[in-house]
Amino acid sequence: MASTTQIEVCSIGKKYGKFKALGDINLGIAEGEFLSLLGPSGSGKTTLLTLIGGYDAPSSGRLLFDGQDMTNWPAKQRGFGMVFQGYALFPHLTVAENIAFPLKVQKRSKAQIADRVAQMVEMVGLSGHEAKKPTALSGGQQQRVALARALAYEPKVLLLDEPFSALDKNLRGQMQEELRRLHRDLGTTFVFVTHDQEEALALSTHIAIFNHGELQQIGTPEEVYERPANRFTAEFLGDINLLSLDGSTGCLAETAIELPKTIAGQSHLAIRPEHMRLAADDDAIQLPVRLRDRVYLGSKSRLLLETSGGEELMLYLDNDPTDMRPGSELRVAWDARDSFAV
Amino acid sequence: MRAFLFLICPLLLFLGCSYLLPFLGIMQLSFSDPDPGLAQYRHVLSDPLTLSVIWRTLRICAIVTVVSVIAAYIITLLWVRGRPLVRSLTELCIMIPFWISVLSRAFGWMSMLSNRGLLNTWLKDLGLIDASLQMTRNEFAVVIGMSHYLIPFAVFPLATAIRNVDERVLTAADGMGASRLRIFWQVFLPMTASGIIGATLLVFVFSIGFFVTPALLGGGQSVLIAELIYLWIFQIPQWGMAAAMSVILMIAVGGILVLLMRRYGEVAK
Repeated sequence: MASTTQIEVCSIGKKYGKFKALGDINLGIAEGEFLSLLGPSGSGKTTLLTLIGGYDAPSSGRLLFDGQDMTNWPAKQRGFGMVFQGYALFPHLTVAENIAFPLKVQKRSKAQIADRVAQMVEMVGLSGHEAKKPTALSGGQQQRVALARALAYEPKVLLLDEPFSALDKNLRGQMQEELRRLHRDLGTTFVFVTHDQEEALALSTHIAIFNHGELQQIGTPEEVYERPANRFTAEFLGDINLLSLDGSTGCLAETAIELPKTIAGQSHLAIRPEHMRLAADDDAIQLPVRLRDRVYLGSKSRLLLETSGGEELMLYLDNDPTDMRPGSELRVAWDARDSFAV
Repeated sequence: MRAFLFLICPLLLFLGCSYLLPFLGIMQLSFSDPDPGLAQYRHVLSDPLTLSVIWRTLRICAIVTVVSVIAAYIITLLWVRGRPLVRSLTELCIMIPFWISVLSRAFGWMSMLSNRGLLNTWLKDLGLIDASLQMTRNEFAVVIGMSHYLIPFAVFPLATAIRNVDERVLTAADGMGASRLRIFWQVFLPMTASGIIGATLLVFVFSIGFFVTPALLGGGQSVLIAELIYLWIFQIPQWGMAAAMSVILMIAVGGILVLLMRRYGEVAK
């Protein structure tokens, strides 16, 4: 399915006055893909979404849709579905009327509209709420109406701008599952803006990471998490342990631990906490550390450690009765293939 | 709570002395002068001349309300959603009338609309008409004058509603392919319904009690309720009738307010 490139973003840039919101972005979105645009606030991810949707014009570059230049097409010509931040439901219309609105615009027959609305209401699980106004609905229900309205006219692409940011954590998890299900069932291309790393990792087939208006990396969740292209990506996606490298010796700073990989030009070695463990006798790498704190988390404990050089490390330990007190001298180990230089 | 009641006391006292007492006096007058009982009310509500005045008042006020709210809606759109220059000019045009007394405004309209007024002179000079158009001393002039006075009052409730419209909702409608016309009629206008209802109420209630503007611009040819009350007090003294009419007017206004607030209170919130 994910073979043909549906949307191509070619050297897209966007300036607001002198402020550069996006600089020279290139990426391709395949048909049926679930792409998350991930980044901190102000990173340009929402700007790119509005450009793809046609709600704003880029300052430079081109946008292609199925090979056609759609750069100058207005939003209505592109016909993508959009779920706005805050949902942007019509407050004076009922749930059913909200969903029917785009269909009426398309001048479909009454019977067709009624069928489709019923189908959409069913799909997002809002049966029985058809006649309610949006203000009478909970946040999660409003979210569903927005989804149903955006999907009612079967758009080829669905754009979602931080759709879950206003929901509490439990509801968010539930909505994420439903969104995954929708994506699986419909096969529509989803482009999803979020600042929540876990959300992006859990939902997407691909993630594009943005910072300061620049694309940092694009790849599958596994690729961006396991092999971050740079330090920003590494730090932004979950917790990471960073150890300074001594450029001249190719060793970890202030140790004699030699690294098997070429690390020329990089300043830090990065290891995810879940790849770090307390060293056994036969481990090749053994880094002496001091325990600063142990946080009990129920199913596991989090150890906060400090190297002799004063760098902070973290790792998770399955709970065992070992009584480790802050100040204990320990050794940590990791497999060389799980570490990467940034 | 007690401290609150104590603090509000002076206001209650003032309203009681300046409003409630005179009103009770009027009530008493309406039931006693010249005949005790309901005679005055019976007369007011059965006399064909009086009834025609009431009917004319309701009709003119309804027309004025529609004209004012529609004009105010357009002005408010320019004020709230126009470009910066348009905005400041519109704001000026909304504020200036507040500084001009109702009397000068009425005279202003007379010099515009009268038989030898500006408008007739221009139209004649342009060769568009031969004889002067009768534009004063009739209902047309009254509607113009009253609407001119009331438009700014309709602007404020409308402005609140129009400012509260979520821009993203309009963007969403546009993205779904809705035309500008459809967005206006089916999205924007309904989203400002609370403002339209508020403005309509305010203007209608205000207009029912109008005196100076209809008296001057109507030139005695289109007497409204307030002018009739004036006549019954100062020209052909029938104070009991005037009092009965005032009470009816007041109950009508109060009734309309209560009804509309009941009906639209939900929306207006």
